[in-house]
Formats: sequence, structure tokens, C-alpha cells
Amino acid sequence: MFTRAAYTTATRAAFRAPTFAQARNASTQAANGAFGADRKAAAAWFAKAAAGSAILGYGISNYVVTDDRLAPVTKAVAESMTALQKKAAEYGIEMPFTVAHAFSTADHGLHPPHYPWDHFKPWKTYDHASIRRGFQVYKEVCSACHSMEYIHYRNLVGVSHTESEAKELAAEYEYEDGPNDKGEMFMRPGKLTDPMPSPYPNEEAARAANGGAYPPDLSCIARARHGEEDYIFALLLGYCDPPAGVNVREGLHYNPYFPGGAIAMARAIYDEVVEYEDGTPNNASQLAKDVSTFLSWASYPEHDERKKMGLKTLAISAMLLGLSVWWKRFKWSYIKTRKIVYKPGKFDEV
Amino acid sequence: MASALARTTYNVFFRRSSNYLVGIFAGAFAFEIAFDSAADRLWDMANKGRQWKDIRSKYIQAADSEPADDEE
Repeated sequence: MFTRAAYTTATRAAFRAPTFAQARNASTQAANGAFGADRKAAAAWFAKAAAGSAILGYGISNYVVTDDRLAPVTKAVAESMTALQKKAAEYGIEMPFTVAHAFSTADHGLHPPHYPWDHFKPWKTYDHASIRRGFQVYKEVCSACHSMEYIHYRNLVGVSHTESEAKELAAEYEYEDGPNDKGEMFMRPGKLTDPMPSPYPNEEAARAANGGAYPPDLSCIARARHGEEDYIFALLLGYCDPPAGVNVREGLHYNPYFPGGAIAMARAIYDEVVEYEDGTPNNASQLAKDVSTFLSWASYPEHDERKKMGLKTLAISAMLLGLSVWWKRFKWSYIKTRKIVYKPGKFDEV
Repeated sequence: MASALARTTYNVFFRRSSNYLVGIFAGAFAFEIAFDSAADRLWDMANKGRQWKDIRSKYIQAADSEPADDEE
């Protein structure tokens, strides 16, 4: 029987929740107990588990599921797959596992090398000076044939040009607007809300002027091509003489990075075709690098902000992960350190 | 509650639900400001000279007197 004094001192101490320090110590001990009493026991447990699975895997692969026994199974599966595919093809259904394709770089284009773009690093933005130079290259070279109809002059503001510069650039071209109060369309100088001017009024005109080949719109070209800016850079500088035995049709040019190898676009990037205002050397590889950066930005205008937000998200998530691990261990420490003792008592025989 | 600081913290922030709630809101507000400014500073340090705000001064003319207009 408890006296009041005995209850308040000893019993309450026993039932009171552990303090923070006790809980932390307790949960540290508890964690060591998941695979054994201490680190040594846990290491032994993992060693045994690894050795056991290795022996089991060796045994199964060499004595139970041997290659000889597996071969007829794989053959049967392959044959039934082929049969199923043929049957399905009769009904006009194309199965996802069709045929193996031989890959040829001559047909699919040579894979571009991976160039060390600074903006490929997770913590780096685009080089905006390079975007600005790249826009100049686009304007003076590429825009002769390629449109960029989804990029507007306002998109340059705060990225590569000031507002007044972008306004001046836009005002260099005339755009059709209207109707006015007489119902007539009229021409006016460009504004920030106008897109980059297209060199041809429509695709047919573009094809007619380029021997049947359509110069693609460059608004999203980095997204639209395998290899993205690596591909653009490699393509721009990859022109060379066709290898022996390869005949390139009249009006086409050989470029190993272009699928099929024969591209209608002639080489356009040469040393010193553009004069940079900021004194950057204007050799061909610099021009190609800048215009590739610009086209990559045009495809991913959110790139800088996205990376920054992503890193912030990772930092916050790491904090929350640490907090939740601690919280779980704090809450579980009561359970992990609980001791249940069975104490057989004396039973009165009836 | 060993130290006086812990006791004060408890009395000020955790003892009353209203204080607790206000503390959470104020804490979230302060944390966001601190975290964002620290992260932005690190980001700008890692990207020194690459962002528009670093090269903008080269192209800004006297006519562009409103500096806020061409910020991102």
C-alpha cells in the first residue's frame, strides 16, 4: 500500500516522461539495437547477411537455375512473344516489344560530345553576357533564315538587354497592325510585345527559298533536339568533307551530327562574321558557344530561377528530414527503452 | 527545465496557446526572411559576374533612370 509521500517521490519519478536529455540518450541506445546490441553486433549481422546472400546466389545460379536449364525457357518465351506479335500485327495492333533496331550513326547522326557548359552545373546560372552575345549572333546570322516566333522583345528585358535597348531593337522592324478607324491594316514600328521578325511569311515560302528544306523555328530548338546545346554547338562547327563513298546531293552539305548526314543548311558560323561590342574574341567556336547558350536560354527561360528554387527546396527538405528523424526517435524512445518483466506470482490453489 | 533561458522560453512561447501560435507565425516569417536572404547571397556569390544584375551596369544609359524597370 502506498503512502502519499511514497507516491509523490518514487512512483511519480518512475512514471514521469523522460526529460529531453534522457530521451536523446535512450533513443541513441535504441537505434543501436535495431540490428543487434551494439555496433559490433550490427556489423556481424550485416556481414552474415551479405555472406549468406552471396552463397545463396552462387548456389542458385550454378546449381538450380543453370544456363542449360534456362535456355529452353528463354527460347520458348522469345518464340511465343514473336508469335503474339505476329498475331497482333494481323489485327493491326503494334506491340511495344517489336524488333531490335540496329543503330547506325550515319542514319541517326553522330552523338555530340558533352561540352563543359558552366550552366550544366547545378548551382550555376546561364552566363547572361553570353546570352547577349548569342542574341547578336542570332540576329546577324541565324535570323536570315530561321524564325523565333515565340520569343518576344520583352523576353530580353532583364535577361540580356535593358528595356530601352529592347525597345530600340524592336523598333528596327515594321509590324502589321490594325485595323485602324478606317478598317485598314497598317505598318508600325515594333514594340516590346512583338515577336522576333520571321524571315519568311509562311512555311511554304521558307521551303521554296531553301530548296525544299524548312529552316526550323528556333524558339524551342534546344528542347527539340537530342543533345540540346551540345548538339547545336557540334552541328554548327561540325561541317566537313563527306567520307569516301558518301554522296551528298546537290544543294545539301555533309554534317556528321545531322541525322542522315546531309543537311540543307550551309555552314554559317565562321571566324569574325560577327563583331562583338564587349571585346570578346569572335572566333567561330566562341560565336557557336554564345548562340547555343542563347538558344538554350530561349528553350529554358526559367532555368536560373528553377535551379535556385530547387536548391532551396533541397536545403529545406534536408532540414525537415533531420527534424523528422529526430522527432521519430524522440517519440519512439519510450517504446524502445521500455522493459516488460514477467514476474510469476503465487497462485492460491482452489 | 534546467536553465533560466529554457524556463523563460517555456513561459513566453509554450505556456499559452495564443503565444505559441503567434510564435509559430512570427518564427516562420523570420525564418523565411533569413533563409531566403542567406540562400540568395550564396547563389549570387556562386554566380558572380554571370547574372544580368552583374552586367547590367555596362548597358544602362542615363535615359534608363528607373532602375526597377528591367529587373527580372
